[in-house]
Amino acid sequence: MRKLIFGLFIAFLPVLGLAAGAGVPLDHIETDHTDKASLQRGAAMFTNYCMGCHSMEYARYKRVAEDLEVPVELYEENLIFTGAQIGELMKNSMDKEMAANWFGAPPPDLTLESRLRGESWVYSYLRGFYKDETRPLGVNNVVFDKVGMPHVLVDLQGLCAVEPNIGHAASVEPLSGNINNASACPEYATEGSMTGAEFDRAMYDLTNFMSYMADPVKVERERLGIFVLIFVAIFFVFAYLLNREYWKDVH
Amino acid sequence: MQKLLNWVDERLPVVDAWNKHLAKYYAPKNFNVWYFFGSLAMLVLVNQLVTGVWLTMSYNPTGEGAFASVEYIMRDVQWGWLLRYLHSTGASAFFIVVYLHMFRGLMYGSYQKPRELIWLFGMLIYLVLMAEAFMGYLLPWGQMSYWGAQVIVNLFGAIPVIGEDLSLWIRGDYLISGITLNRFFALHVVALPIVLLGLVVLHILALHEVGSNNPDGIDIKKNKDENGIPKDGIPFHPYYSVHDLVGVAVFFFIFFIVVFFFPEMGGLFIEKPNFEPANALKTPEHIAPVWYFTPFYAMLRAVTVDLFGLSAKFWGVVVMGGAIAILFVLPWLDRSPVRSIRYKGWLSKIALALFTVSFVILGYLGLVPATEGRTTLAQILTVVYFLYFILMPFYTRMEKTKPVPERVTG
Repeated sequence: MRKLIFGLFIAFLPVLGLAAGAGVPLDHIETDHTDKASLQRGAAMFTNYCMGCHSMEYARYKRVAEDLEVPVELYEENLIFTGAQIGELMKNSMDKEMAANWFGAPPPDLTLESRLRGESWVYSYLRGFYKDETRPLGVNNVVFDKVGMPHVLVDLQGLCAVEPNIGHAASVEPLSGNINNASACPEYATEGSMTGAEFDRAMYDLTNFMSYMADPVKVERERLGIFVLIFVAIFFVFAYLLNREYWKDVH
Repeated sequence: MQKLLNWVDERLPVVDAWNKHLAKYYAPKNFNVWYFFGSLAMLVLVNQLVTGVWLTMSYNPTGEGAFASVEYIMRDVQWGWLLRYLHSTGASAFFIVVYLHMFRGLMYGSYQKPRELIWLFGMLIYLVLMAEAFMGYLLPWGQMSYWGAQVIVNLFGAIPVIGEDLSLWIRGDYLISGITLNRFFALHVVALPIVLLGLVVLHILALHEVGSNNPDGIDIKKNKDENGIPKDGIPFHPYYSVHDLVGVAVFFFIFFIVVFFFPEMGGLFIEKPNFEPANALKTPEHIAPVWYFTPFYAMLRAVTVDLFGLSAKFWGVVVMGGAIAILFVLPWLDRSPVRSIRYKGWLSKIALALFTVSFVILGYLGLVPATEGRTTLAQILTVVYFLYFILMPFYTRMEKTKPVPERVTG
C-alpha cells in the first residue's frame, strides 16, 4: 500500500510542476496584424535588440518587407546585418555550440515563439525582468523563473528593483486615490531611456511583430475565409432547393 | 456519346455498376441526420488524399529537414498553408464524422445480422485510421509529435518477454529518430492509405449486398411492390445524392470556419508544443495525445495496480487494446430481437447513454494531467465502458421491447 501511494506520488510529481508553471499570471493583449506601423516598429526593435542571438530561420526577409510594406532597398539597408540577400532565411551568425557554452542552452529560434507560448506570455515575459543578485546575470524574470537570458532591453526599460506586477490590472485605491499597478515596475534600480508607458507600447509592438512572424498568413487567411463561407452558404441554398425539388416525389 | 458508352459497356460493366451502387440501389426513405456521416467520411478521405499528395511534394521526411519543410510549406509554398490546414483539420474532422457514424450504428443496431461484416470492415477501417493518424502526427517533427510517438511506441515495451525488442523493431532505433520518421512516412503515405481504400471498398460492397439499415431497424426488403422494389426504398441516386449535397454544405461551413479562423482549435487540432522542433533531450511538461485518442489514453492511465507479477503499464495496455477489441465482437453481444434503440427497452437506452457519457468524459480526462480524483473517475468510467459490452447479452434479452412497425415511420 505504501508503495502504491509512493508510486502515485511520483506519478503526480510532473503534474505539480505543471500546476506551478500554468499558474503564472500574465498581462493579456490582443495583437493586430493589420497595424503596419506597429509591426514595422516591432521589426526594427527585433532586428536591433534580439536578432544578434535569436534567429527567425523559418521566415524570409523579403516576405517580411513585403507584408510590412517596407521598401526592399530600405529594408536591406537598415534591417539586414548579416549581409544576407533579401530572399534568404532570417538566420543569424551566432554559433549554436558556442552559444550553448555561454548561456547554458543556445538561444532558441523565435519564428514560432508566440504560437508556442502564446502572445500574452511573450508580452509579459518581455516586461517581467527584475534585479536579482543571486542569479549569474544579475536578473531574473517573474514569468520565466531562473531565466538564462540577460535583460537585453535594460537601456530602454531600466532595471526594475523589485518583482514587476504582471497579471494585475491597474486599480485606484478608493480612500487615498493612489493608482496601483499603473506600470509594471513600481521602483527602478537604474533608470532607462523610456517611461513605463513608452516601454509597454514598445513591447506591444515587438510582441505584435513576433505574433505576425509566427502566423504571417493570418490576415489573408481570415479575409479569404469570409469569401469561402459566403460561397458555401450560397451553395447550401441551391443544394437545399435542389434537394427539396427531388424529394417532392417521396411520400 | 451513347455509342461510346455502349462500346465501353460491352467490355466493362459500367452501367451495371452504376445501377447496382447508385441509380438502382434502394435505400430506406427514412434516413435522418445521422445518415450523413458515412458519405461525409468519404468526403474527408478524399480531402486527406488530395491534400496529402500535394503536401508530400514539398515535405522533407528526414529528422534534419522535416520541421523546417513544414514551415516552408506554411510560408513559401503557394497555398501551402491552406493545404496543410485542410490536412490537419481534416484529420480531426475524419475522427469526428467516424465517431458519429459509429454512434449511429450503435443506436440503430446497424451491426446486427445480416450486417456483421459491414461492422467488422468498419472496425478495421477505424483501426487503420488510428494507425494512419498516429503515424501522420509524427511527420511535422514537433515536440508533441516526437514525445507522443515515444510514449505510444514505448507502450509495446510493457508486453512481457518480447516487448522491448518489439518496440525497438517498430522504432528501428533505440529512441524515436529520423529512421522512425522515414518508416512512418512510408507507412502513412503509401502502405496504410492503400489498405484503407481497400477496406472502404469492402465496407461499401458488403453494405450494398445486404442493403442499408434505417432508424427503425426494419428490413425494407420484406415489403416489395410488384416490380420487386422495396416499398420503403428510394434510389440512392438522385434522392440521397442531392440529400448528401446539403449535408456536405453544412459540413463544409463548419469545417472551413475551423480551417480559416481556428486552425489550431485552441491546441486541440494542433498542439502548442508542436511549434517547437523535436528535441530528444527535452521532455515537455505534459504529454497528451491528440483528442481523438484521449478516451483510450485515459483508460490506459486508469490502470494503476500491478497484477500477477505484471506491471500496471502492461495491464493498462491490455485494457486499452481490449476497449477497441471488444467493439469487434459487438454484433454477437447484442441479443435483442429488435435493432433500433427506438424499440429497445429502457435498459438498452440507459446503457447506451451511460456508455456515451463515459466515453466523452474519458476523452476529456485523457487530455488533462491526471490527479488522484481524476484517476478514480477514469477507473469508474472505464468499468462503465466495458460493462456496456459485457452486460449487453443480458440486458438486451431481459428487457421488454416495443413492437416494431411493418413499414418505416417518417
